[in-house]
Amino acid sequence: MKTNDIITIKGVNKWYGDFHALNDINLTVKEGEIIVICGPSGSGKSTLIRCVNFLEKFQQGSIVVNNTELKDDVKKIRQVRSEVSMVFQHFNLFPHLSIIDNLTLAPIWVHNKNKQEAKEKALQLLDRVGIRDQAEKYPNQLSGGQQQRVAIARALCASPKIMLFDEPTSALDPEMIAEVLDVMIGLAKEGITMLCVTHEMGFAKKVADRIIFMDEGQIIEENQPEAFFNKPESERLQLFLDQILSK
Amino acid sequence: MSIFTLKQSKPAPKAKTGILGWVIRNLFSSKTNTVLSLLALYLLYVILPPLLDWMIFSADFSAKTNAECTQEAACWSYIGEKMGLFMYGLYPLEAHWRPNLLLTITLLFALVVRFSYLFKDFKYKVILSLFVVYPLIAFFLLYGNDFLGIKIIETNKWGGLMLTIVVASVGIVASFPIGILLALGRQSKMKTIQFLSIAYIELIRGIPLITILFMVAVMLPLFFTEGIEFDKLLRALIGITAFQTAYIAEVIRGGLQAVPKGQHEAADASGLSFTQKMVFIILPQALKISIPNIVGSFIALFKDTTLVLIIGIFDMLAIAGLATSDTDWLGRKTEGLVFVAMVIWVLLYLMSRYSKTLEKRFNTEH
Repeated sequence: MKTNDIITIKGVNKWYGDFHALNDINLTVKEGEIIVICGPSGSGKSTLIRCVNFLEKFQQGSIVVNNTELKDDVKKIRQVRSEVSMVFQHFNLFPHLSIIDNLTLAPIWVHNKNKQEAKEKALQLLDRVGIRDQAEKYPNQLSGGQQQRVAIARALCASPKIMLFDEPTSALDPEMIAEVLDVMIGLAKEGITMLCVTHEMGFAKKVADRIIFMDEGQIIEENQPEAFFNKPESERLQLFLDQILSK
Repeated sequence: MSIFTLKQSKPAPKAKTGILGWVIRNLFSSKTNTVLSLLALYLLYVILPPLLDWMIFSADFSAKTNAECTQEAACWSYIGEKMGLFMYGLYPLEAHWRPNLLLTITLLFALVVRFSYLFKDFKYKVILSLFVVYPLIAFFLLYGNDFLGIKIIETNKWGGLMLTIVVASVGIVASFPIGILLALGRQSKMKTIQFLSIAYIELIRGIPLITILFMVAVMLPLFFTEGIEFDKLLRALIGITAFQTAYIAEVIRGGLQAVPKGQHEAADASGLSFTQKMVFIILPQALKISIPNIVGSFIALFKDTTLVLIIGIFDMLAIAGLATSDTDWLGRKTEGLVFVAMVIWVLLYLMSRYSKTLEKRFNTEH
């Protein structure tokens, strides 16, 4: 069934000042695919997925998300963002709103759902990530793992076609990583398209359809998990795998 | 192996608890502290007894005329005699009920807003309509309206505490939304708007309030065709609002910059428009951070309103001077000034306490 191209990235180049952050990126993602992006820090992996919902602008190339081409056009950007949700490294929950308000804000104001409907869906999703009982609390009253699960529930509230994960477990204490990964694995099995920047290789092995290795703003290697871990072709990837797997 | 028996808990050493302990720990903990404490005590000893004596113990509360009143200490019956003047200026006696009624309405509205969570569903509709209705009520009550049959009282009759509060609250209420817009303008990516905002803020902040008041009082009328009378109080209000706006804008800009970038990104990523992002996500957090500075700025404005005196508007402080011209009550200026100081202090102290409760209420980081 994985036939439709949902994201098409063609010849994308991005510079921060003189620094070439993304160097001629080409990538096509099919609907329902789980893509894991890894690579050393500063390799451009976060920048790449942040280009997909236009949190970062790029100077050259084109990105088409679900038949909408990303241009510097507010309407098109909002169109894409209403179909693409993002989970951040530092959760970025809204600290002045209760958990339930964090979840219902976008459905009510962006997707024009009525309050009751939005609230029911939010509670359902909170139930699914296992923290329904915290709905009336504020983000800062929760642990890091709980906050990230709220963030995932918030991202799901918009019924997105695509989920972007920007190092979702990197800011968590070790004992909390598992609870977040479990939620992500559950999601992956449901057939939502996912782009995950992560260093959790166990997660990648388990659920990824393809793994992409980036360095110096370029895609160095792209393969299915088995081949990616067992027969890395480039020297750079071998070195990287040695480093993170020997830990 | 050793085994220890459970010991009884003992009372703390005497000097460390109770009043004596507190005094020793806080006032005489070191040599410097002891010297400073003694110095402070000596200053209090020098200042307090004569002050209390003048204000209370030897003061006269009941004399009918200046001649009957004591000359050695305060004569508070002077304040009682001039109370109408201090509160309302030259506002006609038979119309004093109008500001009083407005005050009652204000307190009522404040109660409604405070307990608005009781009718949660239309909370914002109620609060918004109050914000629209209130200025109209205030204007009709204080100034009057022929159509409604409320006698018009020209603003040159207004004065005293009433005027001080009118000037301060109009300055506060009007400068707040404009200040927010200016702060956003200063951060705008549209260069023209950014430039205009910066130019305005820096220009106003570089000019003393007194100069602005002179400008609006003397120069503004020159721009209008002759014959058009432009109310003096209105001009002062415009001047003060224009002034305060620039300061509020800077305070709020500080708050805006303190909101983490991640909040912008999360709001953007979820597809909120710029306005929605600002109204629901960024401004609530920025304003919460800015509360102490906003209130500080309002307190400064409240005190600055006394400067309207120089363009011939009689706020409470000006009244304290005006009241001394009554030949029946010569030599009682001090009482007037002390009274004004006390009233203003009480109001500002309440404001500052209120800002503390606001900070607590908006604090979600339990």
